Parts: sequence; structure tokens; C-alpha cells
Amino acid sequence: MHQLLRTRVNDFAVKLANVNGTGSASANGLLMQAIFRMGIPVSGKNLFPSNIQGLPTWYEIRVNKDGHTARALDYDLIVAMNSQTYARDVREVREGGYILYDSSWPLDKSLIRDDVTYLGVPLAQLCNDHFKDPRERILMKNIAYAGAMIAAIDVDMEIVTQLLDEKFSKKKALRESNLTALKLGYDYAKQNFQCPLPFYLEKMDTTADKILIDGNTATALGCVYAGVTVAAWYPITPSTSVMDAFRAFCDQYRRDPETGKNNCLILQAEDELAAIGMVIGAAWNGARSFTSTSGPGISLMGELLGLAYYAEIPAVIMDIQRVGPSTGMPTRTQQGDIMACAYASHGDTKHILLFPSNPAECFEFAVKSFDLAERFQTPVFMLSDLDIGMNDWVVPRLTWDDAYRPDRGRVLDLSEIEKLSKFLRYTNEDENHIASRTLPGVHSKGAFFTRGSGHNKFGAYTEMPDEYQDVVERLLRKHKAAAKFVPPAIIQKRDGARVGIVTLGGCDPAVREAIELLPQHGIDADFMRIRGFPFGEEVEAFLNAHEINFIVEQNRDAQLRSLLTLETGVAKEKLRSVLAFGGFPLSAKNVIDGIFEHADINLGELTNAIHR
Amino acid sequence: MPSIAKPVAIHPSLHKNDLGLTVRDYEGTMSTLCAGCGHDSVTAAIIRALWELSTPPHMLAKMSGIGCSSKTPTYFVSGAHGFNSAHGRMAPIATGANAANRELTYIGISGDGDSLSIGLGHMCHAIRRNVKMLYIIENNGVYGLTKGQFSASADVGSKSKRGEPNRMAPIDSVSLGLSLGATFIARSFSGDKEQLVPILKAGLAHRGFAIVDVISPCVTFNDHVGSTKSYLYTRQHTRRITESDFVPPADEILATIGNTGTTTVTMHDGSVVRFTAVPKDYDPTNRQRVTSYLQEHQGQGEVVTGLLYLDESVPDLHEMSNSPDGALSKIPYEKLCPGAAELAKLQEEYR
Repeated sequence: MHQLLRTRVNDFAVKLANVNGTGSASANGLLMQAIFRMGIPVSGKNLFPSNIQGLPTWYEIRVNKDGHTARALDYDLIVAMNSQTYARDVREVREGGYILYDSSWPLDKSLIRDDVTYLGVPLAQLCNDHFKDPRERILMKNIAYAGAMIAAIDVDMEIVTQLLDEKFSKKKALRESNLTALKLGYDYAKQNFQCPLPFYLEKMDTTADKILIDGNTATALGCVYAGVTVAAWYPITPSTSVMDAFRAFCDQYRRDPETGKNNCLILQAEDELAAIGMVIGAAWNGARSFTSTSGPGISLMGELLGLAYYAEIPAVIMDIQRVGPSTGMPTRTQQGDIMACAYASHGDTKHILLFPSNPAECFEFAVKSFDLAERFQTPVFMLSDLDIGMNDWVVPRLTWDDAYRPDRGRVLDLSEIEKLSKFLRYTNEDENHIASRTLPGVHSKGAFFTRGSGHNKFGAYTEMPDEYQDVVERLLRKHKAAAKFVPPAIIQKRDGARVGIVTLGGCDPAVREAIELLPQHGIDADFMRIRGFPFGEEVEAFLNAHEINFIVEQNRDAQLRSLLTLETGVAKEKLRSVLAFGGFPLSAKNVIDGIFEHADINLGELTNAIHR
Repeated sequence: MPSIAKPVAIHPSLHKNDLGLTVRDYEGTMSTLCAGCGHDSVTAAIIRALWELSTPPHMLAKMSGIGCSSKTPTYFVSGAHGFNSAHGRMAPIATGANAANRELTYIGISGDGDSLSIGLGHMCHAIRRNVKMLYIIENNGVYGLTKGQFSASADVGSKSKRGEPNRMAPIDSVSLGLSLGATFIARSFSGDKEQLVPILKAGLAHRGFAIVDVISPCVTFNDHVGSTKSYLYTRQHTRRITESDFVPPADEILATIGNTGTTTVTMHDGSVVRFTAVPKDYDPTNRQRVTSYLQEHQGQGEVVTGLLYLDESVPDLHEMSNSPDGALSKIPYEKLCPGAAELAKLQEEYR
């Protein structure tokens, strides 16, 4: 057995190569959850195809005692369960690493590397000997490799058993077959390999106050807590699980205990145009309402987003970004909708954007989205992505303040309307340039005509330049005022750093890890993660304070950098791009390599004196 | 289209409805449509119907898309909120509005371009959802605001003002509604207020989605010889097959119903629609018979008008969704938020 790897505890990465539709997700999820329960920082990235059955799918588990849980690029162990991708998978394991494969069939000679160790487990054979049902044989093969993994990296078997007990508390037979399969793999590994491998797990205590949750579930939960009563959507990967989770939470929390009625209405629309139309109609009528979608949906919603912006109607759009353009790669992640959302629709439009970085922020920002949309009477986009939305993340437990009350914005109630001599929709602006609105069904004196056509500040139709400009200029001031209300950027400084690294969303863990690794390369960098648009003053101040800012984002066209260039006074030359947009979650290696690609910058000169 | 306010002088002899309002209280700003436009007659019929029903103005929501027809909600009930939205998108916006607050009365005003071309899909799905609203298509077979292009409802052979004939088959909202399971289908003519007002009243009382296609000639672009949506053509080819009368929910009136030769249908709110079918065998509650009757007569070039089909047994969107009786938008936040303790408990499942 090779001993090239020095012993490492709680610091390695495993890649599991599977065929989709075979039930591997439950085996992989089981391993991930067990490691989480062992108190060790862990992440799981599901790299799955846009397909239901038969195509390659990978699951990556990274454990890191220091809490770095961005995607790893190096794999210590590959569980090669998919013969279609053997060649590629074998190539990816690091020198001195391990490959666990199903040795029921011989491995092709071309797949043999002499710098890795092969752990052959006759999984199919073991399962065929123990299970009769063909479907069960396939499913249990996954559980069997999980058993081998448990032995190989020392997953706590007690925890695993406990998880199976919880999962199958009502399905005893399934629990038994899972345990049998688990034991088949476990025993075989114990008997035939030196277990554990040189990298293995040891219990820690970092996750007691944390949960394991995906961003779409957290987003849906935020919508429930925000008080949503109407939701409309059209199914689209990777946002579908937002509404699936929302529906499940509504079943749980929104069925009136006295009447049995549903205190929320979910409309599955005929398309995204309808979905946003329904949201706008519901919000116009005073309900908190949202839609969940992805890039193609944003494109379709364009026209009505402009209507909501111009007529000043709240709307919340949960955009779970995927790879574009066009259909693109629906099951791959990207931050490609930043510009499309910032200026969605024709004519002069600008929208409020929120950029959560993980499921905990998805929950928090989901609630915030509704407060902002109703306060500013305008669409608000929460830009999550597939990585945040569909992968399980270890995040701090979500908290809730029972004193929270929704900010419904400037909505006149009956007594306020009665006091008016005449209601004029777009007059009476406050310090944030927001006018008061009225809801239908309250009083005829509050009635007005909502229109997407040219209107003056009284809400009446106009084609006069000055009257038109008066309104759209106020809209611009209103948008600027929102800068103080969006979540401020997170900034972390290091002593003497002259370089800034700026990012957003799910790039957060990779960039933070890169910043800790960069001093090894002689670079100290300050960190800024932007969390909202319009940008607050702190964003421009940070950019100006650094000679060079690397803008790290996951799209080809440097969309965040473009937005910073357009919406701040910072010189373009100060902003350098680090882009990774192939569709997989970001790794620290992507960030570091990206920085060093800027060969024209003398990074040495920008280096902190300590490192010179 | 500047909006022109009407003078507010009210003649003392004007009748008052149950709310003490005169018909003037149901008016809007001055119409800016072409003189003689059929749409203005529809507006007048809407005003009449709402006044007669004593609908509180503030409890009405006027929804529209884009086009000549979609401008008309400003011309009735100034005391109601209106929403002149985007081309073809009125149905989803009205659906969302209705979802939020089922206590209001919804009138959607659309045209043949708005509903049968750009918004066709949305209208079909609003029919499927049986959203409780009166959905009026002011149908003139032509795009007015963009000056005279054929719409999808133009009949084969119908000639444009420039003389070119339409060769594509029309989309007929009535046949479409029947095939999609619409629960209230009527066709009328803007020039026939006597027929239109009771139909609109019945549509407003309907349990779900009431589609009323009103042939409403465009005097500027589609009222010439060769047009099948002109005043003359429509008058010459109309076959009124039902006479309907609408009786609001009230016990004493209900007691008088039952005169022979008429069919009565009790609406969801307890009001009653009485039909007198001109062809004796026409039964507006039998979908198959209605379909074959209409196919036969439309094939002969007739514009069949009246309340053509009605089914009060189908639940509306809210009934299908098991919504509370009141508006979802008015549920107190305290009832909607599960609270901190529940959040803590729930998260044990995410361990």
C-alpha cells in the first residue's frame, strides 16, 4: 500500500462518482450528515446532470477542521461507481490517493495508475448474494459503498445507525436492509484494507449550534416567516425546490387550526410571465407575494418587472441562478443574472438586489426582501444560485425575533384616506422619495388608476416631458435611497493589506480560504463581500482604499465588476476580474490562480512589507 | 389619451340605487376613444349593470391589458381602483389580485388582440382556474391603436380597410371557452344594450370565470363593407338565441320565478338568471348541445348572441384551493408567522 500521504485528520476531500437515478443521493447524504453530526466542518456538493436517470453524477464531500468548506479541487479518495466516467475519475484523484471501485468486474488496464491505491470492493456481488429484488440490489449497492467508506475514513458507526433509525423509524424493513448493506461494505473493507486510511475523521465540537440545510429550503422558510400569502411560480431548475419546500411548510404552518383552510395560495402559473403577473396583482392588492425562478424566467418576466418598477408595486423574485445563456446548463451554478436583474426591463429601470452567500442568509434576506419591496414599492430580487440553493450547507442555526413585524411601507389605512381631500398617488414623497399608496377595497376616495403608461405625479396619464421626467427622476432618487437599507457589505481587513478582494454570494467560503492562503504567496488582502444593490457608501470607500481590487465572481462578463464600474465613481483600472464560470462551485484554487493570471500587475510591489 | 374629467353636476331626477348612488356615481373620466366606438357602449352597459347591482365602487377592481379596450376602465367607476397593466397580461394580474383578496368584484376588460393573440395562453389558464371575475372581450377583429392590422378574431374573407382579405381561420373565444371548460360564456353586441346589461349582471354574479365576448365595431378601422365586425354586418347576421334576465338575491323576487317557457339558473350568490331560449330546444346548461348548436349556426355565418352557456357547479380558484372565506391579504401577521419557538423546534430536523 502506498504511504505517500501523511496522516491527516479531518482535512480531506472525497468524490463519489455515480449514475443518476440509482439512489446514490441517499447514501451520499447519509455520509455527509454523519460527518456533520460528528461535529466536523463539512460541505457536500452535488454535481448532477439535467437528467432523471442514467447520466453521470458526482457528489463531493470535503471535511476541513479549520472550517474551509468551499469546493476542493484535490480529491484524496474517489469512489468510482460509474464505469462511464472511470477514466476521468481515475485521473482526478491526487497522487498517493485512493480509488474505491466495484471489483465485481475487473478494472480495465488503462485505468490503472501506479501512484494511487485501489480499493476493490465486490459491491454488486455482495448485494446480489444478499438481496433478491433487482431494484433493491441496485439501491443497496450504494449503501454498501457507504459502509466501506465508513470503515475507510472512520465515520462514527453509532451516529450512522442513529441516522438510519431516525430515517426509517416507520419503515423497519428498509432500516434492516440498509443496515445489512452497510455492514456488507463495512466488514469487507475492515477485513481487506488497512482501515482507516491515512486520512480519517475524528469527532470535533464545531457543529452543535449549527444546522445542515440547503438554501432553497431556507428561502422558503423565510417566505413563510415573512408572512407571504400568495406565491406564483413556473417550475424551473434549480428554483423548483423553493416552491416545493414552501408548499410543504404551508401544509405544516398555514393550515388554519380552527377552520382547516389554507392561509396561503400557491399558483402554479402557465409560464413565468404569468407568475410575475400574479405576484404583481397580489402585491397591488396588499398581499405579500413572491415568485421563485431562474435566469430564463427572469428574461421572460422582463416586461412586467418594468411595469412593477414604474407603477411602483412591490414584488419579490427569488432568482436561483444557473448557467446561461439560453437553456445553458440547468444543473450547473453561475452568477450570471446580476446585470439582467439590476436593470431588468426596457427603458430606464433599476432594481434592488440582495446577494445571500449561504442558506442562513437566504432565510434572513428572504424576509428582508419583502420589507424592502413593500417599503420601496418596487421589485426586489434575491439572487441565490444552484450551489447555495440545492446543496446542503452547514450554517449557524436560524434565529427569529418574535418582535418582528413586517414593514408594509407607506400604505394609507381607512382613517388616513378619509382625512384626505383627494388622494394623489405619486405625491407626498417622504425622505426616501417614496409616495404613499392605497389598497383596493378600502375607500373610494383612495381609488386611483395604476398604469404602466406615462403618468404624472398625480397618477394621471401624461405624454408631457416635464411631467414624465418628474416621476422617473424621483424613481432614481428612490432607488439611490435604498442603498442605506440593503444589507451592508461585509468587510474584513488585514494589517497593511494594499489589495482588496471583492466578491458576492456563494463565492464567500472560497474567497475567505484564498485570503488565508495568499500570505503564503506573499499577498495580504482585505476582504469585502457585497450583499446588496444599490451599493452602500462602504463599497465605494473600500474600492478606493485599495490600489487594486480583485472582483471574484462566477460569470464570463464580469457582471459585478461592470455594475461597480457603472454605479460607483471608482476608476475601472482599480478593478480586476477573477472569473470562474464553468458551472461548478468555486474553489480557493480558482481564486488564487485567477489572481496570478493578472501578470501585468506587480503583485510583489503590492505585497505587505512583512512578506518582502 | 389625456384623461378628461366630466362635470359633476347631477340632475335631481336621477334615480338612486340601494346604496343611494346615481348612475353618475358609476361613471369615470370622459372617453378618448373615437366617436361612435363600440367600446363606449360597452362601458355604458357596465356602468348600468354595476349601478343596478348596487356594487360599492370601492369594492370593485378594474383590470385591463393594453389596447383601445384596455383604456376603457378609466371611463367607468372612478371610485374603484383600476389597473391598466401590460399587453396580454391582464388575466394573470387579475388572478393574483383575486388570489390576494376574494372580497372584491373583478372586471377585466380586454380586446381581441389582448386576449386572443398576445394573452391567449393566459386567458385559457384563467378559464381553467375558474378565477371569479367578469372577463369582457371587446371584440372588433382589428388592432386599433396600431392602426388597422387584422386580429386573431378576424373572419376568413373579412376585408381590411385597404381591401386585403384575411385568409387565416379566426380564434373564436366562445368555441375556445367551451372546449376549455369555461363555466360562463356569453356573446353580445355593443349595439344591443338591452341584451348586454343582464348578461353583464349575470356574469358579475357568476361563481367563477365569466367570459363575455362583445362584438364591438371599430368605427375607424373595421366598419367598412367587407368587414365581418362592422355595425351593419353584425346587425344583419346576429341571431339572438337567449333572452336573459337577471334577478338579484332577494326572497320576494325569487318567489315570482317559475314562469313557463323559461329556464332559471340559481347563481352561487343566490341570485337567479332567467333564460328564454328563442329556439325552444336550446339549453344553455348542456355543453354538448351548445357546442353543436353554435357550430351549426356559426358555420352559416351567423353571430349567435346571448348567454350561451352556464355552469354554476364548478368551484372557483379559492374553493379549489380551500382558501379562507375572507381576503388572504387581511389575515393578521400573527396568524401567519410560526414564531421563534417553532423555528427552533423545526431545526432539529436539520441536524
